[in-house]
Amino acid sequence: MSISVQNISKSFKNVSAIQNISFEVKSGELFGLIGPDGAGKTTLFRTLTTLLIPNEGNAIVAGHDIIKNVKEIRNSVGYMPGKFSLYQDLTIAENLAFFATIFGTTIEENYDLIEDIYVQIEPFKNRRAGALSGGMKQKLALCCALIHKPEVLFLDEPTTGVDPVSRKEFWEMLKRLKQKGITILVSTPYMDEAVLCDRIALIQKGEILKIDTPENIVSSYEKTIYDIKTNKMHQLIEHLKKFPTQYSVFAFGEYVHYIDNNIELDLQKLKIYLEEKQHTNIIIQKATTTIEDVFMDL
Amino acid sequence: MVNHISNEKVIEVENLTKKFGDFTAVKGISFHVNKGEIFGFLGANGAGKTTAMKMLIGISNPSSGNANVAGFDVHTQSDEVKKSIGYMSQKFSMYDDLTVKENITFFGGIYGLSRKQIKKKTAELIEELQLGDITKSRVGSLPLGWKQKLAFSVSLLHEPKIVFLDEPTGGVDPITRRQFWELIYTEADKGTTIFVTTHYMDEAEYCDRVSIMVDGVIEALDTPKNLKKQFDVDSMNEVFLKLARNIE
Amino acid sequence: MKRFKGFVKKEFYHIFRDKRSLFILFGMPIAQILLFGFAITNEINNVDIAILDYAKDAESEKIIQKIKASKYFNIENQIDNEKAIESEFKNGKIKAVLLFERDFAKKLENQKKATVQVITDATEPNVANTITNYTQSIIQNYQNQKNTTQEQSVSIVMQTRMLYNAELKSVFNFVPGVMTVILMLVSAMMTSISITREKELGTMEVLLVSPLKPFQVIIGKVFPYVFLSIINAVVIVSMGYFIFGMPMRGSLFLLAFESILFIITALSLGILISTVSNSQQTAMMLSLMGLMLPVIILSGFIFPISSMPLPMQIMSNIIPAKWFIIIVKSIMLKGVGISYIIKETLILTLMTLIFIGLSIKNYKTRLE
Repeated sequence: MSISVQNISKSFKNVSAIQNISFEVKSGELFGLIGPDGAGKTTLFRTLTTLLIPNEGNAIVAGHDIIKNVKEIRNSVGYMPGKFSLYQDLTIAENLAFFATIFGTTIEENYDLIEDIYVQIEPFKNRRAGALSGGMKQKLALCCALIHKPEVLFLDEPTTGVDPVSRKEFWEMLKRLKQKGITILVSTPYMDEAVLCDRIALIQKGEILKIDTPENIVSSYEKTIYDIKTNKMHQLIEHLKKFPTQYSVFAFGEYVHYIDNNIELDLQKLKIYLEEKQHTNIIIQKATTTIEDVFMDL
Repeated sequence: MVNHISNEKVIEVENLTKKFGDFTAVKGISFHVNKGEIFGFLGANGAGKTTAMKMLIGISNPSSGNANVAGFDVHTQSDEVKKSIGYMSQKFSMYDDLTVKENITFFGGIYGLSRKQIKKKTAELIEELQLGDITKSRVGSLPLGWKQKLAFSVSLLHEPKIVFLDEPTGGVDPITRRQFWELIYTEADKGTTIFVTTHYMDEAEYCDRVSIMVDGVIEALDTPKNLKKQFDVDSMNEVFLKLARNIE
Repeated sequence: MKRFKGFVKKEFYHIFRDKRSLFILFGMPIAQILLFGFAITNEINNVDIAILDYAKDAESEKIIQKIKASKYFNIENQIDNEKAIESEFKNGKIKAVLLFERDFAKKLENQKKATVQVITDATEPNVANTITNYTQSIIQNYQNQKNTTQEQSVSIVMQTRMLYNAELKSVFNFVPGVMTVILMLVSAMMTSISITREKELGTMEVLLVSPLKPFQVIIGKVFPYVFLSIINAVVIVSMGYFIFGMPMRGSLFLLAFESILFIITALSLGILISTVSNSQQTAMMLSLMGLMLPVIILSGFIFPISSMPLPMQIMSNIIPAKWFIIIVKSIMLKGVGISYIIKETLILTLMTLIFIGLSIKNYKTRLE
């Protein structure tokens, strides 16, 4: 077991940030913490990296107690904080060399670990970090967090505000790191990234709502979701919300995801209802459940 | 075309270019946006989106080319442009250390609303967003989703013709994100033009038309449906990946 | 040690890449010295003075004529009693009063010795000083002239009195003053800002989660500024010496030692500030309001401590700059050795230890 969290709670003054959180991450696992801003993800990361002391509970990270063995943990984990922005006035090479020296290592020593990522930014190694694009910055930050070959890697919202292309590349990099045996705990507000993790914890308002593999979370969802599409999408949501047996209505890409209170929905009845409201080109079909659907129903 | 959109062009951009020294951030883009349209302005980080948007809202001068926003030239009539648009971004929306009410009053004030109008608007907002007793709490203490919804309403206080939203839903939880879009729909149906950037590709599907910028150029511009057909894929996410990946 | 070196290297990158700060860092001392140096001009022209002539005899009249003839002075009016001096000064019309004692000529004749008093308004110390020098040379001239034509030589004694600023802050006061201000600014403000900047950037979080020990982080951040401050001190002292003729009577080695001590005092203050502030802005405000103002106002740099109200005099004792200014003046102007300034040195050392102690106590290895 690489990370073992037992009943951790943390509050600031009287405001509780996380409550009674427990979970375990196996060695070499890619574990995702999925939840919106303010869910307590950052507080949890800071607690696990010894930056905060929990009010209650304890955790073991890479075999060390987060309260007692601060020094050992700091030697064996890599951490990329949420708003981490590197040293803007240092070049790529200088940033990397700096982080290597403070961890008592050199770029050469662990080069094999970062090689895949570093070759992509190497052509720009003399460019200052401040002049890099979001995607490149992120790659550099990951290299810096990896340079001392940590056993456990903590990545707090590494993809927030990053475009879909760079996000995709980033997750591909994480997969490769996983194959090298590094345990990764990553947080993200993007629900579509959840499926890329081995296991995920859905977190909201400081509490973990569910922990499982993404597949199990989706397949254990019992309600049937319908994709609905008509010519008037804006009004569709409004009208569906007024349908007597509606359970929930959410826009979902090009469709609206509709869940009914009845297990067996009378599709004909719904169609007639929509036609009465002047909708045409009505499409109603069963939708594939996503993590986001599950999350919204928690 | 969907019925809330009229044929009147409220944004017209022609060969808009912005250079920073040797570097050309925006390379002669041209497009138009119709009244009441929800226009998605997408692009990878560093593709020139923000630069283009800054020119459209009149806070950055184009190096060459023309842009007409709400009937005013962004270069020569930037003051008029600013009066007829609303703007909200993820990074800055409202003052955290002021209460909800104080924020509304302040922003109403800078847009030249009279005290009476502000009072009326405040009451409307409280009603519409069901703010109730949170009007006296500081904005900093509200959940992000609330803040963003409120900021959107505040950007509409002076009833602008066009509202520019720069990544309005970044980091917001999925339910609030959708509530936010419902607010956008309502506003669009009233005839307000919405110009929005986002990194959520499902949100791109909610737009009437979407443009995708790559390296300072608009590489694609059409309805989500046509774009998916054009690139022969099932989702906007794939359209985006295909476009941006090919260029790199 | 390698880690430490790497850290210091990074700090130097930061410093040398921020061209604007670098310019301020090195441009400011030079600009300040030049400003103070040249604003304090040594030339005077047509200064208004008054005459209080109790003698009203031939000799005093001759001297007054000489003074009148010079382009430096302009006799504004004649007054007839000492009480009028104060009101004349307060009106601000005149800068000096020349007072001839009773029976001036008679005394010169009989006792071969008479006195002229020059009373100056020393709120402008340099003007006062220059006036004194010029009148002195005029009277000296007159005396020499007289003595060449006479068998028995006479002497005209000149007494000087400074009003309002008895200590008379000479032109040499500004070199120690500017040096103190600059060292304080560079050391305390720059370090506190550079430490809080890491907090703002989020890089402090990463440094905290690294095996680097907190004191290594701090020393690493502070070290480059020790170096820069020493360069500044050298620049200021040499400019004072070469351009403005500030004497250097004491040991250069002792001055260097005391300067380094003061730099460390200022740095430890900077660290203390950074432990209590979370943003660059707070650090800057604290440094400016909490350090610069007291340094300028209470250290005796601009306003003489002896003429302050008692509570402020007492308060001035806790300002490290006060002690450093005393030390620098004593070494440069009086040429004293360490034994004369041992008290001041010990006070500075003690203050430094207290600041370092407080910083260590406040420095958090965690975020709370």
